[in-house]
Amino acid sequence: MNTNSTTIEAAGIPQPPVLHITPPSRWWVLPVGELWDYRELLYFFVWRDVKIRYKQTAVGATWAVLQPFLTMLVFSLFFGKLAHIPSEGLPYPIFYYSALLPWVYFAASLQNATNTIVENQRVITKVYFPRLVLPLSATLSGLVDFGVSFLLFIAMMVFYGIRPTMAMFCFPLFLFLALLVALGAGLWLSALNAIYRDVKYVLTFLVQFWMFASPVAYPSSLVPAKWRWLYGLNPMAGVIEGFRWSLTGHGDPPGILLFASFLVVVTVLVGGLAFFQRMETTIADVV
Amino acid sequence: MSQTVIRAEGLGKRYRIGERERYLALRDVVTRALRAPTRLLAGWSNGSNHRGTNFIWALKDVSFEIQEGEVVGVIGRNGAGKSTLLKILARITRPTEGSAEIRGRIGSLLEVGTGFHPELTGRENVYLNGAVLGMKKAEIQSKFDEIVAFSEVERFLDTPLKHYSSGMQMRLAFAVAAHLEPEILLVDEVLAVGDANFQRKCIGKMADVAKKGRTILFVSHNMDAVTRLCGRGILIENGRQILNGSSAEVVSEYLARQDALSNTFEIDYAHQTFPEGGAYLLSGEVWQEGALTSGSDVCALRFSAPWCIKIRYRVTRPLNSITSGLRIADAQDRFVFNTAECFTESLNLERSTGDYEAICHIPQGLILPGEYSLDIGLDVVGGSCLQGIRGVARWRIINDDPILGRFQDGRLVGVIGSRIAPWTTRALSQGAKVEE
Repeated sequence: MNTNSTTIEAAGIPQPPVLHITPPSRWWVLPVGELWDYRELLYFFVWRDVKIRYKQTAVGATWAVLQPFLTMLVFSLFFGKLAHIPSEGLPYPIFYYSALLPWVYFAASLQNATNTIVENQRVITKVYFPRLVLPLSATLSGLVDFGVSFLLFIAMMVFYGIRPTMAMFCFPLFLFLALLVALGAGLWLSALNAIYRDVKYVLTFLVQFWMFASPVAYPSSLVPAKWRWLYGLNPMAGVIEGFRWSLTGHGDPPGILLFASFLVVVTVLVGGLAFFQRMETTIADVV
Repeated sequence: MSQTVIRAEGLGKRYRIGERERYLALRDVVTRALRAPTRLLAGWSNGSNHRGTNFIWALKDVSFEIQEGEVVGVIGRNGAGKSTLLKILARITRPTEGSAEIRGRIGSLLEVGTGFHPELTGRENVYLNGAVLGMKKAEIQSKFDEIVAFSEVERFLDTPLKHYSSGMQMRLAFAVAAHLEPEILLVDEVLAVGDANFQRKCIGKMADVAKKGRTILFVSHNMDAVTRLCGRGILIENGRQILNGSSAEVVSEYLARQDALSNTFEIDYAHQTFPEGGAYLLSGEVWQEGALTSGSDVCALRFSAPWCIKIRYRVTRPLNSITSGLRIADAQDRFVFNTAECFTESLNLERSTGDYEAICHIPQGLILPGEYSLDIGLDVVGGSCLQGIRGVARWRIINDDPILGRFQDGRLVGVIGSRIAPWTTRALSQGAKVEE
């Protein structure tokens, strides 16, 4: 049979791929090639999530805008007008909305990524595909909501007459970083959520605490300089400061903060990938 | 000429008992740790402590080879390990030991309509379902018209799936599945759903696919379909491979092993997943006061006394209209009748969490002497089926009737008890002279 297959190969007929099924090993490899093969499925999952989200809600796209917009109003009123929290010379609505843009995206993506394994358990127990596609599509589909709410931001910038600086070209980088944080944390939480179903309740608190540990409602300049690096261990701190700086041109570029954030993101993401990959082999048995 | 496309060597899958039972909650782990921190630590340090011997092999030492173009049937009872085998080959779960080698593009059909979403339209669901089953977008596009024609739901293509009847959903789902064209196809009992007409259509489609020289591995309870479609069969019992031979051979071996009568049953969750939906079946029995016993099993019921079927189930969250149901089939697998809790009008179907026992009272003399088997299920009234299990019990009704007892079994036809419809006779004229 071996000789047979070599002659076929020699004749130039493509050999069908050979698939080896073995017990799970202790080591993990990132299945880059396989993910690429399943890119269409990834696309369809993103497409499905977006379609359903915009179909089920009567208000449709406005929902994506409403959440950050209303939060912005509340923050502007209570933290701004009443508590007089410094806003680095920005009008309060711009100051808060520029931070809520990445925050709302991040929080929603994290929530979706965490629930994705459990929500898709029927598919998981019936069909094979790299499970990584699920949390990945959850973080990607949030980008559509982000895009919609970003349009409102542009309108607000025009309204307040704020001219963006060259720094705005850095903003995709910060968005990408936000995606990586959501994915990294989402990988951990989705795998945990498959085993421990009450993780989703913990998540609600986690997201709340996380927001107050991030410079959403206040500028990070309120944090004493010598603790700034520690503050940067929260990767969303770097992301949010980066958003504010790049979109409005106010404040300082987040130097050390961003660097610390970046290191943490890489660690969380790599750890999350490894953990998720390990769980992947047993996920179909436990969900 | 023909090539080995699937080679399995010593495949085995081990589950920890309870692993598939209920998912854990983080709070359970935390409370357990707080209550007995030492035990938890001990468990961690030597690893084997709480694992111990609580393992079950759902599949063990299964080896076989399948050549290109072969259609092979995998048969065995519920929980025998057939589905586990298919799930391993489909890469849904990983084996605990052994290995398998698959040559060629593989597609699995463990369920029709996987990934369907009620909010999306028929058209959107065709794309989504196709992609989930492993088809490329271009492939779906090129086959789209064919799929729609096969499904017979053209008119509702842009209607959300939630407005479809279950039959329409099934047709659409199968239409997509039928156009999946991998080199190797793994199929699990998907044909067991739908009405007889639909089943016939599906089996016809399978036969077409087989004729095109594709390799098919087919798990089924439908012995007729296995004999007709498959050249070869593999019989699995208790996770072990019993026989690997011609399909006729394997089917007759399977039937020969089927005979055991048993009136009590317990649903074994070591081998199957818990159904979603907040309730699952536990156990039950076919019971008759003072039934003839043979050892510990009560399998023979008297025809002339009432009997009952008890179904026990557990409700894990409050449900407002759930019903257990049952279906009785005769020895030829023809259905005798089905019934459910919800058919009794006075019965309240609201269930808080807890265990329940539903009893269906069968009047005496309803079903003729003979051999019968039982299927049970749980349903949301007017909604989805939560669980359905076939062949949980098998029993015999013996002819102890003073009148019917005089007749040989062959004289009584059908399944309905001959004395259920009483006779009256009156004279139209009496004592008159009648011509002979």
